[in-house]
Amino acid sequence: MQGNEACVEGALYVGCKFFAGYPITPATEITERMAWRMHEMGGVSIQLEDEIASIAAIIGASWTGTKAMTATSGPGFSLMQENLGYACMTETPIVIVNVQRGGPSTGQPTKASQGDVMQTRWGSHGDYETIVLAPNSVQEMFDLTIEAFNLSEKYRVPTIVLSDADIGHMRGKFTVSEDIKFIDRKYCTKHVEHNAFICDEGLVPEFPKFGQGHRVHITGLTHDVSGYPKTTDPEIHAKLVSRLVKKIRNHSNEISRTEILNPKADTILVTYGSPSNSVFEVLSENHNIGLFRLITLWPFPETEMKQIAKTAKHILVLEMNLGQIYWEVERIARQAGCQKVELFSKIGGEIHKPDEIIKRLKNEVL
Amino acid sequence: MKFFDLYRKDRWPHMFCPGCGIGTAMNCFFRAFAESRLNQDKTVFVSGIGCSGRIPSYILADSLHTTHGRPIAFAGGIKLANPELKVVVFTGDGDLGAIGGNHFINGCRRNIDLTVICINNYIYGMTGGQVSTTTPFGYYTSTTPYGNKEYPFDLSEVAVAAGANYVTRWTTYHVKSLTKSIKKALVKDGFSFVEIVSQCPTQFGRRNDMISARQVFEWLKKNSVLHKKAHTLVEDHLDLNLMGKITVGEFVERNREAYTKVIGVRK
Repeated sequence: MQGNEACVEGALYVGCKFFAGYPITPATEITERMAWRMHEMGGVSIQLEDEIASIAAIIGASWTGTKAMTATSGPGFSLMQENLGYACMTETPIVIVNVQRGGPSTGQPTKASQGDVMQTRWGSHGDYETIVLAPNSVQEMFDLTIEAFNLSEKYRVPTIVLSDADIGHMRGKFTVSEDIKFIDRKYCTKHVEHNAFICDEGLVPEFPKFGQGHRVHITGLTHDVSGYPKTTDPEIHAKLVSRLVKKIRNHSNEISRTEILNPKADTILVTYGSPSNSVFEVLSENHNIGLFRLITLWPFPETEMKQIAKTAKHILVLEMNLGQIYWEVERIARQAGCQKVELFSKIGGEIHKPDEIIKRLKNEVL
Repeated sequence: MKFFDLYRKDRWPHMFCPGCGIGTAMNCFFRAFAESRLNQDKTVFVSGIGCSGRIPSYILADSLHTTHGRPIAFAGGIKLANPELKVVVFTGDGDLGAIGGNHFINGCRRNIDLTVICINNYIYGMTGGQVSTTTPFGYYTSTTPYGNKEYPFDLSEVAVAAGANYVTRWTTYHVKSLTKSIKKALVKDGFSFVEIVSQCPTQFGRRNDMISARQVFEWLKKNSVLHKKAHTLVEDHLDLNLMGKITVGEFVERNREAYTKVIGVRK
């Protein structure tokens, strides 16, 4: 199965019942497969007039208590930024799959890239946090789509599966593990008309789904716990937006996932998504090199990174962009004591080949 | 349910200007809603941005105040995910005719079971009186200091052409007919569109020699002509939107099966 198809199966497996999308290379297979598979699963899949409408529709669907998803690539993801911010502000659980292609603009539709890493975090205006997962295989397209739904439901936050053209179109097998967990958002048990956004120290309010008589008002404007607009009080704004950010940052250790090999090695390769497949090949023949693979990009696994950087002498970050996650790695690694943090960029649509990585490392360790 | 029960009274005083037509529009809607015996707890009110976008925050029901121009897209998601819910959209001429134009025409075409109510006051009221896609030719706004040089949209005719199941337009003067048409729109299957031409004395009237709400109101009344009658007139363009008259009445009533039914949503 293709990565994109495995993504659909993951979504359906975890109980996604609503999909809205707009055709775009290299993510179209998701919209196509959803069109027939969702019908079989008793949900609704619809192709809308654009990506703006697609994300709007899944947010609407989510407010009825339905697990909902959309899929796109860079140009469509750019259009979604407006309502991505809306979903953050209204704390709506949704999943967005971004199968990255070369940018900026329409760029390279059929080629892979990792150019949207920072956009997933900073693309919409204002302060907010999202959760972003980076699959590197067909298996992970299935697994991490499920994980994305679980995290999105748990923290009431838009969660992004940040794939790319290579992973989306890669063909392979995947297995369905027996111990897959399903997490559903916590629904309000009491009537919450005036307390729609009240929450405990977990910082995630219970969800008052529409049609239950809660009579809640949900707005993208700054609101207090009642949900009503309160747009001029500085304290209310600070309290709300700080909580939206803290509910993710405070749980960053629970959310973040990494794959680490040879953590005590002098040289550590930091990678995620497609290029990690080349890195694995390099590692299989060079046992003195370490791996730090990000499965969660945001929130960034800062604790693990610090730990690695304490002993590493050289950290090389491989990215299919001109440096995005690199700046985060460099900042943390330098603080932890590793002074040699370098970037190995590759853009144009091809991943770093194993021999290129070896060549790059040759003067350092081999 | 009495029609007053639908007001979210703890939100008073409301934010609308003195003389605004939204009060009339809301009263007509509430009366129609109450008389239709619909359940407020099984109805969701969705809106976009602008003065009209604030209407759902004064309604005692689940409501989603969304982004500029997008309410129809959000509303479609709600309806498809839970067809048991009645979904009503409040929007304005800026929200619907400009930034949300694509969602509007495709919404009409797609025919999801929604009731869309547009308060058309010919102006961007909340941002201070800028020209809108429905501002009549030659009229003054804060961004057309030499008069509007563009021809306006006729939102109802757009809805008819785009395939909406039910399209009606009245002004805030025609309260009885408006209430009747809203009732019809609420029970009508598929996409129904109600355009309410409304006075904005603060931003539109003031700049166009109509200082008081009453003057704008009289102007709406004077320039309105029944749709049926308008067809017998020989003018080229009959509605005020194209420098003629405001045609009012029911523009189309189709019986296309609602999208929700066509696809047979299972729940």
